[in-house]
Amino acid sequence: MGVKLYGHPMSSCTVRVMACLYEKGVEFELVPVNMFAGEQKMPDFLAKNPFGKIPVLEDGDLTIFESRAITEYISKKYHAPATDDLLRSDSPEESIAVRVWVEVESHHFQPAMSPIIFQHFVAPLQGKAPDQAIIDDHLAKLAGVLDVYEARLGKTKYLAGDFFSLADLHHFPYMFYLMKTPWAAAVTDRPRVKAWWEGMCGREAFKKVAEGMKFEK
Amino acid sequence: MVVKVYGPDYPSPKRALVCLIEKGVEFETVGVDLFKGEHKAPEYLKLQPFRSLPVVQDGDYTLFESRAIIRYYAEKYKDQRTELLGKTIEERGLVEQWLEVEAHNFHPPIYDLVLKIVYGPFIGLTPDPKQLKESEDKLCQVLDIYEERLSKSKYLAGDFFSLADLSHLPFTQYLVGKMGKEYLIRDRKHVSGWWDDISSRPSWKKVLELWPGLY
Repeated sequence: MGVKLYGHPMSSCTVRVMACLYEKGVEFELVPVNMFAGEQKMPDFLAKNPFGKIPVLEDGDLTIFESRAITEYISKKYHAPATDDLLRSDSPEESIAVRVWVEVESHHFQPAMSPIIFQHFVAPLQGKAPDQAIIDDHLAKLAGVLDVYEARLGKTKYLAGDFFSLADLHHFPYMFYLMKTPWAAAVTDRPRVKAWWEGMCGREAFKKVAEGMKFEK
Repeated sequence: MVVKVYGPDYPSPKRALVCLIEKGVEFETVGVDLFKGEHKAPEYLKLQPFRSLPVVQDGDYTLFESRAIIRYYAEKYKDQRTELLGKTIEERGLVEQWLEVEAHNFHPPIYDLVLKIVYGPFIGLTPDPKQLKESEDKLCQVLDIYEERLSKSKYLAGDFFSLADLSHLPFTQYLVGKMGKEYLIRDRKHVSGWWDDISSRPSWKKVLELWPGLY
Protein backbone atom coordinates (compact mmCIF):
# COMPACT_ATOMS: atom_id res chain seq x y z
CA MET A 1 0.00 0.00 0.00
CA GLY A 2 1.67 3.20 -1.15
CA VAL A 3 1.19 6.85 -0.27
CA LYS A 4 -2.09 8.33 -1.53
CA LEU A 5 -2.72 12.04 -1.83
CA TYR A 6 -6.35 13.15 -2.18
CA GLY A 7 -6.53 16.55 -3.83
CA HIS A 8 -6.41 18.43 -7.08
CA PRO A 9 -3.35 19.40 -9.15
CA MET A 10 -4.53 23.03 -9.44
CA SER A 11 -5.24 23.48 -5.74
CA SER A 12 -2.59 25.50 -3.89
CA CYS A 13 -2.59 23.32 -0.81
CA THR A 14 -2.37 20.09 -2.82
CA VAL A 15 0.50 21.61 -4.84
CA ARG A 16 2.34 22.46 -1.62
CA VAL A 17 2.29 18.79 -0.63
CA MET A 18 3.09 17.48 -4.12
CA ALA A 19 6.13 19.76 -4.33
CA CYS A 20 7.37 18.30 -1.05
CA LEU A 21 6.73 14.69 -2.16
CA TYR A 22 8.70 15.33 -5.38
CA GLU A 23 11.53 17.05 -3.45
CA LYS A 24 11.88 14.00 -1.18
CA GLY A 25 11.52 11.53 -4.07
CA VAL A 26 8.46 9.84 -2.52
CA GLU A 27 6.30 7.75 -4.88
CA PHE A 28 2.62 8.58 -4.48
CA GLU A 29 -0.75 8.28 -6.18
CA LEU A 30 -2.77 11.44 -6.68
CA VAL A 31 -6.45 10.63 -6.15
CA PRO A 32 -8.50 13.43 -7.72
CA VAL A 33 -11.24 15.01 -5.61
CA ASN A 34 -13.89 16.70 -7.71
CA MET A 35 -14.15 20.09 -6.04
CA PHE A 36 -16.66 21.50 -8.51
CA ALA A 37 -19.02 18.61 -7.75
CA GLY A 38 -18.52 19.22 -4.01
CA GLU A 39 -16.93 15.82 -3.41
CA GLN A 40 -14.92 17.25 -0.52
CA LYS A 41 -18.18 17.79 1.43
CA MET A 42 -19.50 14.25 0.95
CA PRO A 43 -19.51 11.76 3.85
CA ASP A 44 -16.72 9.55 2.45
CA PHE A 45 -14.34 12.49 2.28
CA LEU A 46 -15.49 14.03 5.57
CA ALA A 47 -14.54 10.75 7.22
CA LYS A 48 -10.96 11.52 6.14
CA ASN A 49 -11.03 15.27 6.87
CA PRO A 50 -14.00 16.57 8.88
CA PHE A 51 -13.17 20.10 7.71
CA GLY A 52 -14.00 19.08 4.14
CA LYS A 53 -10.78 20.45 2.64
CA ILE A 54 -8.07 19.04 0.41
CA PRO A 55 -5.46 17.67 0.56
CA VAL A 56 -5.49 14.53 2.68
CA LEU A 57 -2.56 12.10 2.76
CA GLU A 58 -2.92 8.40 3.51
CA ASP A 59 0.29 6.56 4.42
CA GLY A 60 -0.30 3.09 5.78
CA ASP A 61 -2.55 3.47 8.83
CA LEU A 62 -2.06 7.20 9.05
CA THR A 63 -4.54 9.66 7.58
CA ILE A 64 -3.36 13.27 7.86
CA PHE A 65 -4.74 16.59 6.64
CA GLU A 66 -3.59 20.27 6.67
CA SER A 67 -0.94 20.76 3.98
CA ARG A 68 1.76 22.14 6.29
CA ALA A 69 1.30 19.26 8.74
CA ILE A 70 1.63 16.84 5.81
CA THR A 71 4.83 18.46 4.50
CA GLU A 72 6.34 18.40 7.99
CA TYR A 73 5.46 14.69 8.31
CA ILE A 74 6.90 13.86 4.86
CA SER A 75 10.08 15.82 5.59
CA LYS A 76 10.66 13.81 8.77
CA LYS A 77 9.47 10.38 7.64
CA TYR A 78 11.14 10.35 4.25
CA HIS A 79 14.33 12.14 5.03
CA ALA A 80 17.18 10.04 3.66
CA PRO A 81 20.76 11.02 4.51
CA ALA A 82 21.62 11.73 0.87
CA THR A 83 18.89 14.34 0.40
CA ASP A 84 18.82 17.76 2.02
CA ASP A 85 16.78 17.97 5.20
CA LEU A 86 14.01 20.47 4.53
CA LEU A 87 13.72 21.03 8.30
CA ARG A 88 17.51 21.32 9.02
CA SER A 89 17.01 19.35 12.25
CA ASP A 90 20.73 18.85 12.89
CA SER A 91 21.41 22.53 13.49
CA PRO A 92 19.55 24.43 16.25
CA GLU A 93 20.18 27.76 14.56
CA GLU A 94 18.99 26.56 11.14
CA SER A 95 15.99 24.67 12.46
CA ILE A 96 14.84 27.71 14.47
CA ALA A 97 15.01 29.81 11.31
CA VAL A 98 13.04 27.21 9.31
CA ARG A 99 10.31 27.04 11.96
CA VAL A 100 10.05 30.85 12.15
CA TRP A 101 9.86 31.41 8.38
CA VAL A 102 7.38 28.53 7.92
CA GLU A 103 5.12 30.42 10.32
CA VAL A 104 5.77 33.72 8.51
CA GLU A 105 4.46 32.16 5.28
CA SER A 106 1.49 30.71 7.14
CA HIS A 107 0.45 33.82 9.08
CA HIS A 108 1.70 36.79 7.03
CA PHE A 109 2.17 35.75 3.39
CA GLN A 110 -0.79 33.43 2.96
CA PRO A 111 -3.46 35.70 4.54
CA ALA A 112 -2.32 38.52 2.24
CA MET A 113 -2.23 36.27 -0.86
CA SER A 114 -5.23 33.99 -0.67
CA PRO A 115 -7.99 36.62 -1.10
CA ILE A 116 -6.12 38.03 -4.14
CA ILE A 117 -5.90 34.56 -5.76
CA PHE A 118 -9.50 33.77 -4.86
CA GLN A 119 -10.89 37.03 -6.27
CA HIS A 120 -8.83 36.90 -9.45
CA PHE A 121 -8.99 33.22 -10.38
CA VAL A 122 -11.79 31.49 -8.47
CA ALA A 123 -14.59 34.07 -8.22
CA PRO A 124 -15.01 34.25 -12.04
CA LEU A 125 -15.32 30.45 -12.17
CA GLN A 126 -18.24 30.81 -9.75
CA GLY A 127 -19.82 33.45 -11.97
CA LYS A 128 -18.88 36.41 -9.73
CA ALA A 129 -17.01 39.60 -10.56
CA PRO A 130 -13.70 40.03 -8.70
CA ASP A 131 -13.97 42.47 -5.77
CA GLN A 132 -11.27 45.03 -6.52
CA ALA A 133 -11.49 46.60 -3.05
CA ILE A 134 -10.54 43.29 -1.46
CA ILE A 135 -7.72 42.82 -3.99
CA ASP A 136 -6.34 46.32 -3.38
CA ASP A 137 -6.50 45.97 0.38
CA HIS A 138 -4.56 42.71 0.27
CA LEU A 139 -2.04 43.95 -2.29
CA ALA A 140 -1.13 46.63 0.24
CA LYS A 141 -0.65 43.98 2.94
CA LEU A 142 1.37 41.83 0.53
CA ALA A 143 3.65 44.79 -0.23
CA GLY A 144 4.45 45.08 3.49
CA VAL A 145 5.30 41.38 3.69
CA LEU A 146 7.44 41.39 0.54
CA ASP A 147 9.35 44.43 1.81
CA VAL A 148 10.37 42.32 4.82
CA TYR A 149 11.34 39.47 2.48
CA GLU A 150 13.42 41.85 0.29
CA ALA A 151 15.36 42.97 3.37
CA ARG A 152 15.76 39.39 4.61
CA LEU A 153 17.00 38.09 1.26
CA GLY A 154 19.68 40.75 1.34
CA LYS A 155 21.23 38.80 4.22
CA THR A 156 20.47 35.18 3.24
CA LYS A 157 20.08 33.33 -0.05
CA TYR A 158 16.82 31.71 1.02
CA LEU A 159 14.37 32.70 3.73
CA ALA A 160 15.69 30.60 6.60
CA GLY A 161 19.35 30.84 5.65
CA ASP A 162 21.71 30.00 2.80
CA PHE A 163 19.84 26.74 2.18
CA PHE A 164 16.54 25.79 0.58
CA SER A 165 14.01 24.65 3.20
CA LEU A 166 10.36 23.95 3.84
CA ALA A 167 9.90 27.69 4.48
CA ASP A 168 10.70 28.47 0.83
CA LEU A 169 8.82 25.44 -0.53
CA HIS A 170 5.56 26.43 1.16
CA HIS A 171 5.50 29.64 -0.90
CA PHE A 172 5.54 27.90 -4.24
CA PRO A 173 1.81 27.60 -5.08
CA TYR A 174 0.73 31.15 -4.22
CA MET A 175 3.86 32.68 -5.75
CA PHE A 176 3.19 30.71 -8.96
CA TYR A 177 -0.35 32.07 -9.19
CA LEU A 178 0.69 35.63 -8.23
CA MET A 179 3.04 35.69 -11.21
CA LYS A 180 0.05 34.95 -13.47
CA THR A 181 -1.98 37.92 -12.17
CA PRO A 182 -1.71 41.57 -13.30
CA TRP A 183 0.21 42.24 -10.06
CA ALA A 184 3.38 40.23 -10.69
CA ALA A 185 5.31 43.50 -10.34
CA ALA A 186 5.02 43.00 -6.59
CA VAL A 187 7.73 40.38 -7.17
CA THR A 188 9.57 41.71 -10.23
CA ASP A 189 9.99 45.18 -8.67
CA ARG A 190 11.90 43.63 -5.78
CA PRO A 191 15.18 42.29 -7.19
CA ARG A 192 16.05 39.88 -4.37
CA VAL A 193 12.52 38.46 -4.11
CA LYS A 194 12.56 38.08 -7.91
CA ALA A 195 15.91 36.25 -7.85
CA TRP A 196 14.72 33.98 -5.02
CA TRP A 197 11.56 33.11 -6.94
CA GLU A 198 13.35 32.50 -10.24
CA GLY A 199 15.87 30.26 -8.49
CA MET A 200 13.07 28.14 -7.04
CA CYS A 201 11.32 27.82 -10.40
CA GLY A 202 14.37 25.99 -11.69
CA ARG A 203 13.89 23.15 -9.20
CA GLU A 204 12.78 19.85 -10.77
CA ALA A 205 10.03 19.34 -8.18
CA PHE A 206 8.52 22.71 -8.99
CA LYS A 207 8.61 22.15 -12.73
CA LYS A 208 6.69 18.90 -12.23
CA VAL A 209 3.86 20.41 -10.15
CA ALA A 210 3.63 23.50 -12.38
CA GLU A 211 2.47 21.28 -15.25
CA GLY A 212 -0.85 20.63 -13.48
CA MET A 213 -1.63 24.14 -12.33
CA LYS A 214 -4.30 25.57 -14.57
CA PHE A 215 -7.69 26.94 -13.43
CA GLU A 216 -10.13 25.02 -15.62
CA LYS A 217 -13.49 23.37 -14.98
CA MET B 1 21.86 32.96 29.73
CA VAL B 2 18.16 32.85 30.50
CA VAL B 3 15.46 32.75 27.82
CA LYS B 4 13.60 36.08 27.48
CA VAL B 5 9.96 36.22 26.38
CA TYR B 6 8.60 39.57 25.21
CA GLY B 7 4.97 40.60 25.71
CA PRO B 8 3.66 38.27 28.46
CA ASP B 9 0.49 40.30 29.04
CA TYR B 10 -0.92 39.34 25.62
CA PRO B 11 -2.37 36.05 24.38
CA SER B 12 0.07 34.82 21.73
CA PRO B 13 3.13 35.11 24.01
CA LYS B 14 1.24 33.01 26.54
CA ARG B 15 1.59 30.07 24.14
CA ALA B 16 5.35 30.33 24.67
CA LEU B 17 5.02 30.86 28.43
CA VAL B 18 2.85 27.81 29.07
CA CYS B 19 5.09 25.64 26.89
CA LEU B 20 8.25 26.73 28.70
CA ILE B 21 6.61 26.07 32.08
CA GLU B 22 5.46 22.61 30.90
CA LYS B 23 9.03 21.81 29.90
CA GLY B 24 10.55 23.24 33.09
CA VAL B 25 12.64 25.79 31.17
CA GLU B 26 13.64 28.90 33.10
CA PHE B 27 12.82 32.23 31.53
CA GLU B 28 12.26 35.88 32.26
CA THR B 29 9.77 38.23 30.65
CA VAL B 30 10.04 41.70 29.10
CA GLY B 31 6.90 43.84 29.01
CA VAL B 32 5.84 45.37 25.66
CA ASP B 33 2.94 47.82 25.77
CA LEU B 34 0.92 47.45 22.56
CA PHE B 35 -1.35 50.37 23.45
CA LYS B 36 1.70 52.65 23.60
CA GLY B 37 2.90 51.25 20.27
CA GLU B 38 6.09 49.77 21.71
CA HIS B 39 5.91 46.96 19.13
CA LYS B 40 6.49 49.54 16.39
CA ALA B 41 9.61 51.01 17.98
CA PRO B 42 12.80 50.62 15.89
CA GLU B 43 14.52 48.45 18.55
CA TYR B 44 11.58 46.06 18.52
CA LEU B 45 11.40 45.95 14.71
CA LYS B 46 15.00 44.75 14.63
CA LEU B 47 13.83 41.70 16.56
CA GLN B 48 10.45 41.21 14.88
CA PRO B 49 9.98 42.87 11.48
CA PHE B 50 6.22 42.08 11.38
CA ARG B 51 5.52 44.07 14.60
CA SER B 52 3.77 41.19 16.31
CA LEU B 53 4.23 39.44 19.62
CA PRO B 54 5.94 37.39 20.94
CA VAL B 55 9.66 37.54 20.45
CA VAL B 56 11.93 35.17 22.34
CA GLN B 57 15.65 35.75 22.81
CA ASP B 58 17.67 32.68 23.67
CA GLY B 59 21.39 33.43 23.81
CA ASP B 60 22.38 34.39 20.26
CA TYR B 61 19.09 33.25 18.77
CA THR B 62 15.97 35.33 18.21
CA LEU B 63 12.71 33.53 17.62
CA PHE B 64 9.31 34.89 16.67
CA GLU B 65 5.89 33.43 15.74
CA SER B 66 4.51 31.71 18.85
CA ARG B 67 3.79 28.40 17.11
CA ALA B 68 7.39 28.24 15.84
CA ILE B 69 8.59 28.95 19.38
CA ILE B 70 6.53 26.18 21.00
CA ARG B 71 7.59 23.65 18.36
CA TYR B 72 11.25 24.57 18.85
CA TYR B 73 11.20 24.19 22.65
CA ALA B 74 9.04 21.06 22.58
CA GLU B 75 11.66 19.47 20.28
CA LYS B 76 14.74 20.83 22.05
CA TYR B 77 13.54 19.54 25.41
CA LYS B 78 11.81 16.44 24.08
CA ASP B 79 13.13 14.21 26.84
CA GLN B 80 12.33 16.63 29.63
CA ARG B 81 9.05 16.66 31.58
CA THR B 82 5.78 16.52 29.55
CA GLU B 83 6.01 14.99 26.08
CA LEU B 84 4.20 17.50 23.88
CA LEU B 85 4.82 16.06 20.41
CA GLY B 86 3.62 12.47 20.67
CA LYS B 87 5.99 9.51 20.73
CA THR B 88 6.25 8.52 17.05
CA ILE B 89 6.57 10.28 13.71
CA GLU B 90 2.92 9.36 13.05
CA GLU B 91 1.74 10.82 16.38
CA ARG B 92 3.81 13.92 15.63
CA GLY B 93 1.97 14.12 12.29
CA LEU B 94 -1.38 14.25 14.12
CA VAL B 95 -0.07 16.88 16.56
CA GLU B 96 1.01 18.98 13.58
CA GLN B 97 -2.37 18.44 11.94
CA TRP B 98 -4.33 19.76 14.91
CA LEU B 99 -1.82 22.59 15.44
CA GLU B 100 -2.51 23.64 11.86
CA VAL B 101 -6.27 23.28 12.48
CA GLU B 102 -5.92 25.66 15.42
CA ALA B 103 -3.87 28.12 13.37
CA HIS B 104 -6.03 28.18 10.23
CA ASN B 105 -9.55 27.21 11.33
CA PHE B 106 -9.93 28.04 15.01
CA HIS B 107 -7.71 31.10 15.32
CA PRO B 108 -9.10 33.46 12.64
CA PRO B 109 -12.68 33.62 13.96
CA ILE B 110 -11.76 33.64 17.66
CA TYR B 111 -9.08 36.28 17.07
CA ASP B 112 -11.69 38.48 15.38
CA LEU B 113 -14.10 38.11 18.30
CA VAL B 114 -11.40 38.77 20.93
CA LEU B 115 -9.96 41.75 19.08
CA LYS B 116 -13.34 43.42 18.67
CA ILE B 117 -15.04 42.52 21.94
CA VAL B 118 -12.15 42.49 24.44
CA TYR B 119 -9.63 44.92 22.94
CA GLY B 120 -12.06 46.99 20.86
CA PRO B 121 -13.06 49.37 23.67
CA PHE B 122 -9.40 50.24 24.32
CA ILE B 123 -8.59 51.01 20.69
CA GLY B 124 -11.81 52.76 19.67
CA LEU B 125 -13.20 49.90 17.58
CA THR B 126 -16.98 49.69 17.23
CA PRO B 127 -17.76 46.12 16.23
CA ASP B 128 -20.23 45.48 13.41
CA PRO B 129 -22.81 43.01 14.84
CA LYS B 130 -23.14 41.27 11.45
CA GLN B 131 -19.39 40.60 11.29
CA LEU B 132 -19.34 39.41 14.89
CA LYS B 133 -22.12 36.95 14.12
CA GLU B 134 -20.21 35.66 11.08
CA SER B 135 -17.12 35.03 13.18
CA GLU B 136 -19.13 33.36 15.92
CA ASP B 137 -20.89 31.12 13.36
CA LYS B 138 -17.51 30.11 11.87
CA LEU B 139 -16.15 29.37 15.34
CA CYS B 140 -19.24 27.26 16.09
CA GLN B 141 -18.66 25.17 12.96
CA VAL B 142 -15.11 24.47 14.11
CA LEU B 143 -16.20 23.70 17.67
CA ASP B 144 -18.80 21.25 16.35
CA ILE B 145 -16.00 19.36 14.60
CA TYR B 146 -13.96 19.44 17.82
CA GLU B 147 -16.98 18.06 19.71
CA GLU B 148 -17.13 15.09 17.35
CA ARG B 149 -13.37 14.56 17.52
CA LEU B 150 -13.23 14.79 21.32
CA SER B 151 -16.07 12.29 21.65
CA LYS B 152 -13.61 9.69 20.25
CA SER B 153 -10.29 10.96 21.54
CA LYS B 154 -9.35 12.38 24.93
CA TYR B 155 -7.25 15.15 23.41
CA LEU B 156 -7.10 16.52 19.88
CA ALA B 157 -4.17 14.53 18.50
CA GLY B 158 -4.99 11.34 20.42
CA ASP B 159 -5.18 10.13 23.97
CA PHE B 160 -2.24 12.31 24.96
CA PHE B 161 -1.95 16.02 25.77
CA SER B 162 0.12 17.83 23.15
CA LEU B 163 1.09 21.18 21.66
CA ALA B 164 -2.14 21.01 19.65
CA ASP B 165 -4.24 21.32 22.83
CA LEU B 166 -1.81 23.77 24.46
CA SER B 167 -2.02 26.13 21.49
CA HIS B 168 -5.73 26.69 22.21
CA LEU B 169 -5.27 27.89 25.79
CA PRO B 170 -4.59 31.63 25.40
CA PHE B 171 -7.51 32.59 23.17
CA THR B 172 -10.08 30.10 24.52
CA GLN B 173 -9.50 31.55 28.01
CA TYR B 174 -11.15 34.76 26.78
CA LEU B 175 -14.33 32.85 25.88
CA VAL B 176 -14.83 31.69 29.44
CA GLY B 177 -13.93 35.11 30.89
CA LYS B 178 -15.49 38.55 30.58
CA MET B 179 -16.50 38.10 26.93
CA GLY B 180 -19.77 36.42 27.87
CA LYS B 181 -19.27 33.61 25.36
CA GLU B 182 -18.72 30.72 27.77
CA TYR B 183 -21.79 28.96 26.33
CA LEU B 184 -19.77 28.22 23.18
CA ILE B 185 -17.69 25.84 25.31
CA ARG B 186 -20.28 24.67 27.83
CA ASP B 187 -22.97 23.84 25.24
CA ARG B 188 -20.61 21.14 23.90
CA LYS B 189 -20.13 18.32 26.40
CA HIS B 190 -16.82 16.95 25.15
CA VAL B 191 -15.30 20.34 24.34
CA SER B 192 -16.32 21.43 27.86
CA GLY B 193 -14.64 18.42 29.47
CA TRP B 194 -11.52 18.91 27.35
CA TRP B 195 -11.36 22.60 28.26
CA ASP B 196 -11.67 21.89 31.99
CA ASP B 197 -8.89 19.32 31.69
CA ILE B 198 -6.36 21.42 29.79
CA SER B 199 -7.07 24.70 31.59
CA SER B 200 -6.60 23.12 35.00
CA ARG B 201 -3.02 22.10 34.24
CA PRO B 202 -0.65 23.72 36.77
CA SER B 203 1.31 25.33 33.93
CA TRP B 204 -1.73 27.27 32.69
CA LYS B 205 -2.83 28.21 36.16
CA LYS B 206 0.66 29.64 36.74
CA VAL B 207 0.41 31.75 33.57
CA LEU B 208 -3.00 33.13 34.61
CA GLU B 209 -1.72 33.94 38.09
CA LEU B 210 1.39 35.80 36.98
CA TRP B 211 0.08 37.47 33.80
CA PRO B 212 -3.71 37.87 34.15
CA GLY B 213 -3.98 40.21 31.12
CA LEU B 214 -7.51 41.14 30.10
CA TYR B 215 -9.12 37.81 30.87
